[in-house]
Order: sequence, then C-alpha cells, then structure tokens
Amino acid sequence: MPLVAARGLVKRFGEFTAVDGIDFEIYGGESFGFLGPNGAGKTSTMKMVSCISPATEGELTVLGMDPQREGPRIRARLGLVPQEDSLELELTAMDNLIMYGRYFDLPRAEIRRRATELLEFTQLAERANDKADNFSGGMKRRLTIARSLISEPDLLILDEPTTGLDPQARHLVWERLYRLKSEGVTLVITTHYMDEAEQLCDRLVVMDRGKIVAHGAPRDLIERHSTREVLELRFGLNGHGPHAVVVEDLAERVEELPDRLLLYVKDGDEALAAVHARGLTPESALVRRSTLEDVFLRLTGRTLVD
Amino acid sequence: MTTTRDPITARGAAQPTVGWPPWRRALWYHAAFWARTWRGQVLSSFLFPILFLASMGLGVGQLVNNHAGGVDGVPYLDFVAPALLAMNAMQIASNETMWPILASFKWTRSYWTAVSTPVSAKDLVIAKLSWVGIHVAMVGVSFTLVVAMFGALHSPWAVLLPLAGVLTGLAYAAPIAAYTATQENPNSFPVFYRFMIIPMFLFSGGFYPISQLPGWLQSVVQIVPLYHGVALCRTLALGQGTPAATAYHIAFLLALASVGSWLCVRSFRRKLEA
Repeated sequence: MPLVAARGLVKRFGEFTAVDGIDFEIYGGESFGFLGPNGAGKTSTMKMVSCISPATEGELTVLGMDPQREGPRIRARLGLVPQEDSLELELTAMDNLIMYGRYFDLPRAEIRRRATELLEFTQLAERANDKADNFSGGMKRRLTIARSLISEPDLLILDEPTTGLDPQARHLVWERLYRLKSEGVTLVITTHYMDEAEQLCDRLVVMDRGKIVAHGAPRDLIERHSTREVLELRFGLNGHGPHAVVVEDLAERVEELPDRLLLYVKDGDEALAAVHARGLTPESALVRRSTLEDVFLRLTGRTLVD
Repeated sequence: MTTTRDPITARGAAQPTVGWPPWRRALWYHAAFWARTWRGQVLSSFLFPILFLASMGLGVGQLVNNHAGGVDGVPYLDFVAPALLAMNAMQIASNETMWPILASFKWTRSYWTAVSTPVSAKDLVIAKLSWVGIHVAMVGVSFTLVVAMFGALHSPWAVLLPLAGVLTGLAYAAPIAAYTATQENPNSFPVFYRFMIIPMFLFSGGFYPISQLPGWLQSVVQIVPLYHGVALCRTLALGQGTPAATAYHIAFLLALASVGSWLCVRSFRRKLEA
C-alpha cells in the first residue's frame, strides 16, 4: 500500500490552474522527486500532500487517510521542510526545536533528547545555544531539517531543499538527506535542479505547467528520452542557427539554445571529430552524459532553470 | 508510548503525547515568548498605572476637584482610574493583533510553521485570542491592585475588573485580528491607529463624562466599544449604574468579540488553508 496516492489531483486558485490532474504513488522507504521549473505546480502539490491546502478535485490519500477529514492526524506524522525558511530567529537552535516539538505535543524531556540528537545529526551541536539569526543559509536549512525530524515522521517532505544555498552548503544538505534515505526514511523532494533529483531520487515525476510529463527512475528517464552522450558546441555570438543545419545529420537530435548547440549522440568524441571534419571550428566543445535537464528539454522544449 | 504497528509504514504508529489540545500547544508559543521578558512586563504592568494615576490624581485631579468638586460625585482620580483599565485593554489588544499577526504570516512565518504540524488555523485563532485575554487579565490584576492602593475602589464588584478588561480587550482583538489576516502589508496600520484607536481613546468618556460632548457626538460615541468597556469598568469600580445598562454594555462587547472571532477564524482559514 502506498504512503501517498493521488489520482486526478487538481488545484485551482480562482481561474488559475496550478495542478492540472496528476496521478502518482509514493511508497515507504523510497525517495520520490517532483522535478520541474518554477511555477510547474510542485509547491501546490506539496501543500496538498502535507495536508495544508485542500485539493480542488481528485483523490488523495496520505498514510491511508483522507487529508480533508484527518488533516491534523496525518500532519502529526509528517515532517515538512518548507521552501522559505521559517525559523524563530530570536530563539536559539535548541529552542526552535523545543517550540516545534511542542506543536506535536511531545513531552519536554523527549523533545530535548531528540533535539540533542538531531542537532548532532545536522552538525549544529556546537551552535545549539546560538540564536538562529546568526546562522548562515546552509545552517538555517539544516536546522529546518532537524526541526522537521523532531516528530520522527513517517514521511519527510522537502520543498526545494537546497534552493539559494552555495555549492558547499548544498552538498552538506545532500549528504545528510542521503543518510536519512539510507536509514529508510521516506523522502519526498521537489526541486528544479536536475543534479539534485539525480542524486537523491529513486523515482521521480517531471512536472510542467501543472501536468506530469514523465515518470520513472532518473536513469530510466534519461535512457528513454535521451541519448547516451551530448556534445555541446558554442559558436560565439553570431547565432547557432546556420551551424545547426550543417551538423543536423550527425546527431539523433539537435537542440538550439540561445548560447549553444546540443547534439544528442551515442558517442560524443566521434561526433566532435565529424564536426571538425566538416570544417566547423566551434569556440568550445564539451562532451558529457545526458542528464534530466536533457529529458526535460526533450519533453517540453524548454530548460529547467532560466 | 504504545507499540502498535502502523499497517502502512510498519513503524510504531503512536507518538508519545501529553494530551494537550492543539490550540493550547499554540498558546504555549505566546506564553514562551512572554516568559522571555516577564520581569519587565510585570514591572511595567504595575509602574504604568502608578505613574498614570499619580499624575491624574495629583495633577489634573486636584484641578478638577477644586473647581468642580469631582466628577459624578467621586474624586477625579476615582472617576478616571477604572477607565484607564479599559483603555489599556484596547491598547494591548490592538498591539497584539496588528504587527505581530502580520509578522507571523509574512516575516517570521510562524503561522505557516504551525499549520504544518497538527495545529490548524482555527487553533491559532483560539490561541491568539486566549493569549490576548490572558495578557489583559494579568495586567488587569496588577492594575486593580494599584487602583485599590490609591483607595479609588468603591464597590466589591471591583474584583471583576480584570474580567471587564478581558472582555473589552477581546471586543477589539478579535475584529482587528480578522482584519489583519486579510492584509498583505502594514501600510494601513498607522492610519488605523491614528484615526481609530487614538480618537476612541480620547472620546469614549474615559477622561470626562460623555454628557460634556455635543448631542450628535454622544450618539456616535455610544457605538464605540471602548465607551462600553469604560462604562463597564466604572460600574464595577464605583458600584454605580443600573443592571440593565450594565447588561447592555456586556452584551455589546460580547457580540463584538463573538462576531469578531468568527470572522477571524474565517480570514485565518482563507489565508492558511487555501
């Protein structure tokens, strides 16, 4: 039985349809992702799954219950890391966890015991008695993750967990989430970073304009919708259109972006040699493996991050 | 802790709880923040009425007593002291329900934090209004003690003064909180404060009987909640006023608090559970 099951899920705000009839199932122990650009409907979906915002149409069960009728009971067993930080900046890291634990009606001694462990886990133990106001972005995010774990949730929901963090802070967050995942915690992650989705998600759905355009394991999605390698060519500022015509038959598919040409091929080096053989001299050339970004581009004709 | 296994997650399903209903958990939030500065808060709840009554009694009071022989048959201090509690209740209620509520929605986002837990929008309203009630009650107790110390209480009904303060406070807190929850920024707050709160403070019969005002203004004042709060507090402190008038003051304030609370739940839900 899935932890979360949605069928024909719709969320409308007045005339605007944020989520347009999506189906998905999330199972215990897996790490499930919603990948899509800003405005794809990921956060609206998360708000429905976390039983904050009611669905406009469709069926949704979370932990086998109906969010409309048993919202508080379900929320007692969820952990939520919202997109925007919402810590009490005037309080210390420890007091933030105690305050949050009280909302779950946990006894003080139990909250303290868990909080100490969680601050250790999120590498904030030394700053336990420091005001959250003095924390860096990465530390705040880690504290928010610690906070979401205080109730020992069955399902941890993370909305854009590393947006706005510098690369080092991101890796630290990823590493902690990876550890939770290996401990068997079920994670639901929304992201518009394809590397985050590839690193953390066992399965994911790709969302665009309120709809799911693809679903599967990251590697399967890449295999299904893209080639093994991609050759990226940059030709300076004069536009890539004329060059695209010349190399068209060298690749399974050619995508023209504002700053580069993408050639979808089996063997990138071979394709590059062929490009040179045709007398083209790109300013730079890069051979890489296909990513979820390429899948998204293939399915929607647009890039994830713009 | 129970050890029932949840059929879906195969984990221990029940969490240890101490059995507080969600609204009380949210009330704890307010109490915890108050407790961080409780000494200063308690001190000022005594100091403020002492200073105010000393100034009113010694300064204005002497003048009024010498020229008019007091007001409504009592010394000026005794006339103005109970009104001050009602004014203070209005002040606390509006201070608690404008910027802090907007902050909880927009800046600290603590309401959004709360609704991601078993706490719901309605619980937050109950907690907020309860907190305003408790806050006013605490101030009301120290206030009543100070007024008693000045010898300005004339009736045993005065023990109910803190409750009259709470009622006045809620008659303001609930509708203002309902309004605040519809706002996206604080732009209208200073205007509301200057053109609503301050005029009510000045014209609701706190400092003089409203019979001093022109007739048309008297009828306007009678629909102001603070007027009823002031009248109720004065009735209790001085043992004046008819039962019918007193019941009317209470009903007026109760109606405002009830309708306000209903609107407040509605506007919190619209914001947090959309």
